[in-house]
Formats: sequence, C-alpha cells, structure tokens
Amino acid sequence: MGSEETPKRSKETDSNRSSRRDLLKGGVLAGGFTLGAVAGGAVAGRFASDAIAPALGQTPAAGPAPAPATASQNAYPMIPGSKELIEYGQRSHYVTSVRIAHPVGGRPSPDTFGKVFHVASPLQDSVGVITPSSLHYVATTRGSFIPDIDPNEHTLMIHGLVDQPLTFTMEDLKRLPSVTRLHFIECAGNRHNGRQKTVQESHGMTSCSEWTGVLLSTLLKECGLKGSATWFVAEGAEEVKGASSMPIAKAMEDCIIAYGMNGEAVRPQNGFPLRLLAPGFEGIFNTKYLRRIKIVDRYYTNYNDYGHLDRDPKDAALGFQIGPKSVITRPSGGQQLPGRGFYEISGLAWSGGGAIRTVEVSTDGGRKWNPAEIKGTPQRMAHCRFGYPWNWDGNETEILSRCTDEIGQVQPTREQVAQYWNVPFDRDYRVPGLDNSVMPWKIARDGSVTNGLA
Amino acid sequence: MGSLRFAAIALLASAALGSPAFAQSSPTYGVGRAPTAAEIRALDISIGPTGEELPPGHGTAKEGVVLFEEKGCVGCHGAAGIGGPGPALKSKTGQDVPIPKRGESITSLFERILPLHSPFATTVWDFIHRAMPLGNEGTLSADETYALTAYLLFLNQVIPEDEVLDKQSLPKVKMPHRDDYTQLPDWKPRTPRLQGYPY
Repeated sequence: MGSEETPKRSKETDSNRSSRRDLLKGGVLAGGFTLGAVAGGAVAGRFASDAIAPALGQTPAAGPAPAPATASQNAYPMIPGSKELIEYGQRSHYVTSVRIAHPVGGRPSPDTFGKVFHVASPLQDSVGVITPSSLHYVATTRGSFIPDIDPNEHTLMIHGLVDQPLTFTMEDLKRLPSVTRLHFIECAGNRHNGRQKTVQESHGMTSCSEWTGVLLSTLLKECGLKGSATWFVAEGAEEVKGASSMPIAKAMEDCIIAYGMNGEAVRPQNGFPLRLLAPGFEGIFNTKYLRRIKIVDRYYTNYNDYGHLDRDPKDAALGFQIGPKSVITRPSGGQQLPGRGFYEISGLAWSGGGAIRTVEVSTDGGRKWNPAEIKGTPQRMAHCRFGYPWNWDGNETEILSRCTDEIGQVQPTREQVAQYWNVPFDRDYRVPGLDNSVMPWKIARDGSVTNGLA
Repeated sequence: MGSLRFAAIALLASAALGSPAFAQSSPTYGVGRAPTAAEIRALDISIGPTGEELPPGHGTAKEGVVLFEEKGCVGCHGAAGIGGPGPALKSKTGQDVPIPKRGESITSLFERILPLHSPFATTVWDFIHRAMPLGNEGTLSADETYALTAYLLFLNQVIPEDEVLDKQSLPKVKMPHRDDYTQLPDWKPRTPRLQGYPY
C-alpha cells in the first residue's frame, strides 16, 4: 500500500536512527553494490520530491532530516537481497507502526502465560481502507493461546436442524463458489473516553480486510434447513471453544466462511485456517478457528451469549449490529501539525447497517458541518476512507467527523445519545451498546493534537 | 436427501475422481461428507437451555468442593471461589447480583465470569466443561462437571448443598435472573437496529 512509499521526515525518531545504525553495523553498505542498486536510482528520486511535503508524525519532528539525494545513486544505503525478503517481503524499517495492548494499562498481550487478550491496530498511521493483516486488531474471549491448526486436518461440521449434516474439509470449501468482500470487524469494547491519548487507544479495536470464502448460505442450502431453524451456534477450535448464537436470517443474508484474508490465507491470530464473518455484527460473533455450526431453534445462551441479554428491549436492540461510526485518523491525538496551512483531514467511517453514504467534517467544534470526500466506492459493512481539505489558520479549534449510512442511520454525538436515553450528560457519560459516538480532536495553537473528550 | 439420484451423482463423481465413494455429500456440488453419529456426538458440546446435549451423569456440591481443590481450581479462583488471582466465582452480592448495563466496565465483567447472570444453569455447565481448567480444557468428566457446577451454584446460594444435578435437574435450576430478560431483537437485514435512535 501507499504507506511504504511515503517517507515521514518527522518520524525520524530515535528508534529509526538506531535501526539505521544497526543496518550500517550489519555491513549493509558493503553489500550495497548489488543488482538492486541499479533500480535504486528511481526510488531515491521519488523520495527526494516527496520529502518536500510536510508530514505529520506521532512525535514532533526530531531534528533536521537527512540531506536529500544528490545525483549519486549511492546516496542511500541499499537493502541487500535475502532469502526471506525474496520469499515473503517486509516493510521498510523506517515504517515503525505497531499494535499495542488494549486498553492501555490493561491486561498485557502476551500475558505471563503467553496468552493473547486484546490488541489494538495503529489507525493513526492507516491509509486507504485495508488494514494490513499484520496490524489487524486481535481479541480473544478470555485470553487465549493461538492454536496452531494443521489445515489438512481441519474440518467444518454443520449439523442440528438440517436435512443432511455435512462435514467439509478445507479443500472441499475451496471447491465451492466463493465470494471476495471487504468487511470491517470491530470489537464491542472499542470505546472512546477522555483518558485515551491516541486514536489507536480510542478506536484501534476495528480493522478492515478483504475476505474470501464461501457464503454460509451456500453451505446451509446444501444441508437443507428445517422449518424450525431460527438460530445458529458457531464454535471455534481454540482451547476455550468460543461459541456464539446468531439469527439464522444473518446466516442466510451475508455470513462468509472465510479462508482468505487480504490475498492470502487467514492469519493464525485472525482465525487460521477458517473463520466466520458476520459482517457488521460485534467482533465476538466473527468466530475464529471455526470448526462447527449447529442449527438450533432458540438462542443458546452459551458463555459468549448471555452478556447480550438485557432487561430493556431498547437496550437489547443495540446488541449484535454495530451503528454508524467514524473517526478522524489524521490529524489525531498525539500528532503534531508543523504549522498553519493546508492539510487533508483523513479518517475512516463504517457501519454495521450497510455502506457509508455520506461523511461530514467540522473544523470548528461542531458548529458547521461540511461534506467530506469519500475515497473510492464505499462497500457494505466496510471501512470507508474520507478526506476533507482544510486550511488551518493557526487558531485553537476542534475537528470532528460524523457519518450517515445507506439506511439513513446518523452517527450521534454523546450529548445526543444521553438526550435519547433521557439521562443527564456529563464528561464520563458511557454510550450504551457499542460506542459509535462522534470523536472530537482538539488542535492547540502550537499544533499539538489531543483528545477532545479530555 | 439421500435420494437415489443424489447417491448416484455422488457415486459417479467419486468414481470419476477415483476417490472412495461417500454415501452422502452435498446435493448441488457433491462436496463434503455426512459426519457419523459418533463424530457429531464428540463435537456437540454447546449446551442449550433445554439441556438436550447434556451427557448422562450427576454430581453434588459436596463432591464439587473436593474437586475444586483436586483439580487446582483454588489456585486461580481462591478457596471458596474468592481471593485468587483469577476471576472471583462467588458473587459479592449473593442472589441479588445486578445485571450489568450494556457497555458497563470490567468490574461488572468480572462478576460475569461465573455466568450467574445467565437465565440458565446450562451456561455454567457448558463453560466449565468446554473451557476449564486452564491449560487442561475439556478434560473434566460429565460427573465432575455436574459436581463443580453444583458447588458453584451452592456457593452463590442458587441451590442447596445436597441437590443432585443431572441432565434432568440442571436445566430446571432457577437462576437469579431466569425471568428478567427481554426478547432479543428480530434481526433483519438493511434495517436500523433501533428505529429513531438516537434522534
């Protein structure tokens, strides 16, 4: 994706410099005169021109940038070819964006046992709509080891209220008609509050990938649903055998039994070799390591399920399907505007209700809302990239975004949500259901960007 | 299914591919195979509210308290289900355990670890059987799971100490919130989750 091609001068942080030192120590210069150096000239030229544009970074600009390339083709050290790089490439060591444990200060991943709990994606560095598989957020029910499943041994069994129970191997599934679709997955714990510093901390438990697999409806038609089928239970093969109940209407609408993710096999942390995609439903429903689907006639109230029960029908209605949500990822908390002038505000919008129809951006704290440009064609239940051209006049302000989806649902502010529930609004108000409220970023006169809820 | 026509297609297809003939595979594509009854039984571990998947067996709290020690549960959950490094299994509020509101924080989540909020005791049995003990998941026998379930429900004053839990009695246990929940929404595609929300 484009990120690898965009050098961030201001991101010349200590770690970058030290990794460059490591590279030098490793004798890269000595090995620089390889075939790669011939093609290197063109790359160097592009770096030089791009470097003129001001760039935002996670940290304030750290000292002067390296001198731009001269005509010499040796202005930069060269990356020697290696077996690993040839076989399975790697991003530039200048690109240092990584996942972090979520929430900050919460349970670490890996924990002392080597279990993975919740890990958030670095949205502040995201471009486009696809989350690189290596940076996709990760969540497990109670903390889990990642199972090392041999795909040749793995099967999916479908049984229960069907005419013919069927077991499919991975090879069976790959013979069947497939779909390839963009879908986000978002954890129900993806909540923003005033204590978070960055968009990774506040919104990093969402990611979007291109998923490939067989529609669950295709498999269920093969099995033949009995008339009493109203729910299905999807179950994983990890040690806690995470299982969730979902309406059969969802299965027949758009669920995918996915073996592919972003052009390759689903990654182990994301459910290798097989996972369920329940597009637009809370993350926990998107069952990883999928081994079994049972068709049933009632809500099964397993461990993953009973938390979705509520006393109030209106509360209950906010479970399952995720509401319309957007956030500005750049500039966002912890970043720094180098000075007044032009910036494209960039962000992500998504909804469990369908495709994003419009996104609006306010650069004056929500008084005036302006239509944002949607990049590309918004897909249903997928991240949608938006942009808004902005000239910062150097004054303190607040920037926000809100979106509307294809069925007309509008992303609310926290005040509006409190009003709906008829409760007094204060800074610590918690939005019921998955928190899809508007996120403000504060821009200070010195160009620093901070959490507007703080 | 299982009609002669489908069987014939499957036979022809598998003969052509030189693979062993399956009695039944998927009707349209001839892919997949029918699992055996034993295969289904081995994986059929999600216990629904009626308890129809429960295996034979039985247990009481008196047996459970011994197992709670023997199986190492005490190490994580503490003696009598409190005070360990793992989640507490004895509610601080007894029978009067509050239902956490949607999106409420980790503290209430921790009270959630023993599914006391569930309307059905089958949820407790199901989770212990599939996901405990840590590192040895799925190793508890049916009797052991009935006994541990009975112990934890007794600890939380849901059942008396001498109540025998088995396939018949477990689904009938009256959980503190058995009748407190509303119907789940009838999900429909391309429909707002809550009409008029939040305006």
